Amino acid sequence: MTKPFTTVHDLASGLAAGAYSSVELTKHFLERIAQDQNNAFVTLTTDSALASAAKQDRARRNGDAGWLAGVPMAHKDIFCTKDIRTTAGSRMLADFIAPYNATIVNRINTQGMVMLGKTNMDEFAMGSSNENSYFGPVTNPWGEALVPGGSSGGSAAAVAAGLTPAATGTDTGGSIRQPASLCGITGLKPTYGRVSRYGMIAFASSLDQAGPMTHDAIDAAILLAAMAGFDERDSTSADREDAWMADALQGKLSRPAGLKIGLPRQYFDHANESAAPLEGVRHCLEAQGHTCVDIDLPHTDAAIPAYYVIAGAEASTNLSRYDGVRFGHRSDESESLEDLYQRSRSEGFGAEVKRRILTGTYALSVGYYDAYYLKAQKIRRLIANDFTRAFTTVDVLLAPTTLGGAFAQGSLTKDPVAMYQQDKFTVPVSLAGLPALSMPCGFVANLPVGAQLIGPAFREDLILGLADAYQAETDWHQTHPEQIV
Amino acid sequence: MADSSDHNIDLVHLARLARLSLDRDDQRATTSDLENIIDMIDSMQKIDTSDVAPMANPLDANQRLRADRVTEEVDRNQFQASAPSTQDGYYLVPRVIE
Repeated sequence: MTKPFTTVHDLASGLAAGAYSSVELTKHFLERIAQDQNNAFVTLTTDSALASAAKQDRARRNGDAGWLAGVPMAHKDIFCTKDIRTTAGSRMLADFIAPYNATIVNRINTQGMVMLGKTNMDEFAMGSSNENSYFGPVTNPWGEALVPGGSSGGSAAAVAAGLTPAATGTDTGGSIRQPASLCGITGLKPTYGRVSRYGMIAFASSLDQAGPMTHDAIDAAILLAAMAGFDERDSTSADREDAWMADALQGKLSRPAGLKIGLPRQYFDHANESAAPLEGVRHCLEAQGHTCVDIDLPHTDAAIPAYYVIAGAEASTNLSRYDGVRFGHRSDESESLEDLYQRSRSEGFGAEVKRRILTGTYALSVGYYDAYYLKAQKIRRLIANDFTRAFTTVDVLLAPTTLGGAFAQGSLTKDPVAMYQQDKFTVPVSLAGLPALSMPCGFVANLPVGAQLIGPAFREDLILGLADAYQAETDWHQTHPEQIV
Repeated sequence: MADSSDHNIDLVHLARLARLSLDRDDQRATTSDLENIIDMIDSMQKIDTSDVAPMANPLDANQRLRADRVTEEVDRNQFQASAPSTQDGYYLVPRVIE
């Protein structure tokens, strides 16, 4: 009927042309998910997906279907879905059924897209390998003993394995871009404030941002436009009118000409395996008429320590809501209220979540606040200033997304600090709140790696347009794992 | 392993602040992990941040306030449907007052 790796925009055209119905498409992907080898899904929503597909098919027959109506997709299991459980990959929320939809879930529903299910993730989005899920690790479709990256590893693996044409993810310190890089797909972290956080289970509120994970830049633009927009229910939502957004929703991107592209030296100084594929991206962009120059982001190395203080501090605060009383896991054997809190939280949270809560608690405790939390916030400004300064001389930045390709399961689980270094190239952008995407740009030891394009605040159009132009001339984004048919 | 003698991590105290309890094996591993994490974090201290204002919001946005009026009603039954233990509209917890 259709190839498993067909893009959202091609599926929309196929539906419009009557090549297949939404019910047929939805069944096609549900059958593929039933054969999933990578543990990419936590919950399948077969019945509601088929009902929604049938409804979209009726709407199309009646001539009132939007152009995305009936195209299947999947949500990371961090977005609240009314009447469908939302686990955040945690035992704490293993049975949690939200009484409302996240704003982005409503917005994607409004487009008539069909939710196939909820994808697996690192617990509370804390992790870079998807080995921290209560529902078992996700593996990488490019090799079964390999991690898919994290925390949106289920979404990345699902798109890479052709189980869904697109999925949502969230990115706090790299959780969309890093798994996109390791699974060979396109992933966009929008500008902080672009996409509503309402109904997205909170990890670190000053960093969390939702975004799309797709086969190409056009699909990322479509999904971004479907998700984005002001939401009065999110106090940090940006109220903006960007004229390009309406075109983006239709899959129309203008390809920018004659850009000055900065390559930050600090991202290329390392013994980085991604350097060779990045060289290819540089040549391609130069051939398209852009100019590449080396620039400096001098505080890059301070980003990881500052991030783990800020994210830990915010996580320890956000996760204090899980008390075993109002919702979430509750211990059966508590003797007092105090005991109930401690037992419920100790049973409900996994090891990495506890480490982050304890790190944050330490950084916020009496006598340490100035030395850690305030210090980290000052470094955050230095890092943001680095980018601001860079964007006075260049239009966008090109950098590796990851240190290399996917790593082996279990290889970093015993060493949290080494695991944290995996986010080295994604965390600075998160601290600065800027938009960035990862797009497939080649292979290292037969495994995909991504190139990261970073734009000024609210200029997703620039990096998406540039990625679209790159993808028009290369086929890395159309290369799929051999064993998957 | 890096020298971490000057961190003085009182894990029992920290865990209590965070309302977590750790068994003995967990305590040993967690203390060692935390020492390594805090060593890594301490590398921040060598950066000069004098005269730098802390950044709380990445876009330096101000907190937006809305008009103080009722916009939605709380549906207690619906909200309590996901609570572990309720009775007559109340959340049940172990006895607090002897």
